Amino acid sequence: MKTMMKLFLAGVAFAGLFASAHAEDKPTIEIMSSWTSGGEAAALNVIKNEFEKRGGVWKDSSIAGFGAADAAFQNRIVAGDAPGAKQGVIGLAAADFINQGLFNPIDDVAGAGKWADVLPKSIHDLISYDGKVYLAPTGAHGESWVFYSKEAFGKAGIAEEPKTWDEFFADFDKLKAAGIVPVAWGGQPWQQTKVFNMILLSQLGIDGFLKIYVDKDKSQASVDGVKKTLEILAKLRGYVDAGAAGRNWNDATAMLITAKAGVQFMGDWAKGEFTVAGKEPGKDYGCMIVPESKGMVYIADSLWFPKTGNAATDKAQKLLAEVVMDQKVQVEFALKKGSVPMRTDVDKSKLDVCAQKGVELMAAGAIVPDQAIVLTPQQVGALDDFVDEYWSGGSNDAATGAENFFAVFE
Amino acid sequence: MPIKRKSNLSATIALLPTWFVAVVVFIGTMAWSIRLSFTNSTLFPSSTYVGFAQYSKLFSSAKWLASLQNVLIFGVLYVAGCLLLGFLLAAALDRKIRFESAFRTIFLYPYAMSFVVTGLIWQWMLNPTLGIQASVRSLGWESFVLDWVVNRDMAIYALVLAGVWQGAGLVMVIALAGMRGIEGEQWKAARIDGIPVWRIYVSIVLPQLGPALAAAGMLLAMGVIKTYDIVVAMTNGGPGNATEVPAKFIMDNLFGRQNLGLATAGATVLVLGVIIAVAPFRYAMHMRDRAKGAA
Repeated sequence: MKTMMKLFLAGVAFAGLFASAHAEDKPTIEIMSSWTSGGEAAALNVIKNEFEKRGGVWKDSSIAGFGAADAAFQNRIVAGDAPGAKQGVIGLAAADFINQGLFNPIDDVAGAGKWADVLPKSIHDLISYDGKVYLAPTGAHGESWVFYSKEAFGKAGIAEEPKTWDEFFADFDKLKAAGIVPVAWGGQPWQQTKVFNMILLSQLGIDGFLKIYVDKDKSQASVDGVKKTLEILAKLRGYVDAGAAGRNWNDATAMLITAKAGVQFMGDWAKGEFTVAGKEPGKDYGCMIVPESKGMVYIADSLWFPKTGNAATDKAQKLLAEVVMDQKVQVEFALKKGSVPMRTDVDKSKLDVCAQKGVELMAAGAIVPDQAIVLTPQQVGALDDFVDEYWSGGSNDAATGAENFFAVFE
Repeated sequence: MPIKRKSNLSATIALLPTWFVAVVVFIGTMAWSIRLSFTNSTLFPSSTYVGFAQYSKLFSSAKWLASLQNVLIFGVLYVAGCLLLGFLLAAALDRKIRFESAFRTIFLYPYAMSFVVTGLIWQWMLNPTLGIQASVRSLGWESFVLDWVVNRDMAIYALVLAGVWQGAGLVMVIALAGMRGIEGEQWKAARIDGIPVWRIYVSIVLPQLGPALAAAGMLLAMGVIKTYDIVVAMTNGGPGNATEVPAKFIMDNLFGRQNLGLATAGATVLVLGVIIAVAPFRYAMHMRDRAKGAA
């Protein structure tokens, strides 16, 4: 028994030695992401396959849940055991790490791939810090979408998409009369904040929106815009069912799929749920930008490259950055994830109706960044608190709410 | 005498790791957290001291104040509810009923479950579109309302309900063990005097269960401070701030909001709160021991 054990241990040690010697030759990377749902995992696989095809070794450390993955990453960084790559949003969340000198720049890859020419300027600005490129963008999501069930609209006798909020509310009344829940509301703070933002954009336009979130402007025009937004939000409360509090976004989408509800306000990742249920855009469900909105809010994902002090990983990071920005990978990835490619020079014909609308808006520059891009995580949290408190508090006092709103930036 | 010293030495050596853990791990990390609460740390620990700025921010936060209030309401009702229901269950089982052990298992079973499971089950049951309300309405009682979990004013009581359902079994077991330890002679004497059963429980059994119930209460109270998982599973702090608790506030700021300074300030306040709550109790115990020693 003892000799067996020894033999076994020796074998393990030998195998370990052999494996590590083998891995030395190839660029190896451990990648940490929160992409674990069906569509997300399939999208990540697109990157993985191409990365392996080009000779890389891929180690997956996916963790379900955005917050959980972030917390695990933070712990690994503090412990000095950073993974080779981390999926995260473009924005101020990454800036903190970069300012601490914890990330590797990927300037040479970006230079060789002419990223400055093929990416929209606003995106290129966001992935660069102090003139160096640090993040590799994977795809963008539009967040100003209203999805609607064509079956429910048919039952309620709604013929066409509403153009104004007044028409929209009239349609809600029709849905209510037909015994359908007008709005499938996702009752978590982050979802509510997204609805707040899409209404804000429809009320203030692109410049007004940027003035608030980027310049932290508190002029009368900004206050009035927030006030009008809160008024619409308060009105929406009357069209939501009793079980909305705490509801997941995909549960809300399921209400549309089964035609129990009329519309859902959500980012374009909701398309993934429709696709899994075998529903087609334009036929079973429709997508439109919030009424009166001249653009859309977007959020962009990217890969972050922490310093690991390991030459093989550094090599792998550069290879991965190359792969992520490959034209074919960008399109394939977007198809699987329901997102919009970041590169402007890709073949858009394969994208669905909704994604094409998104690409058009993006190409026209009619986009504004999500709060996670322009605010610090503390401010994002404060914004969530503000919207959640207004929504759940049942307050209809929009004027006071609009005054309180600006405390978010303090 | 030398032999005694030797055994003391070996005992001291044996306890060294424990001492090390207690001093370095518990007190060390606590000191580190307290130090951080005086800095402007956000994502990473920083050494820029800002005095009590994080504390003043903490106590101007409506969310934190709401969380303190919530944990107080929840704690008092949860401990009291568990003690009351647990005692009643124990008294019922004590009546030498049939299938006692089966009932005991059933009542204790919830305690074996994780709070996450309890929270999810109750969330489903109380969800107005899925659970009890929906099923009663489908039976024909259209105006029936049971929407505690989504109602701002009632959500905290929904948490208490789920918590009591889970915790009462523990009290029952401890109280039942205590009741079994009471001499049969007392029962016989009380019967002869013709005292009603409920009166025996209130005036004779209950006073003797004091230490057992105090221990059960202490166990439950310690759970209250760290209440986190049941809130996350059931309401996630909502609607609004209605069920926010300090532990969740701290976790959110620690990880989700990259706000180490504020989170550690919250943690420090929590520790202080526990010390303030426990200190008078410890002092009373100490004084009682001294009084006993003098007598």
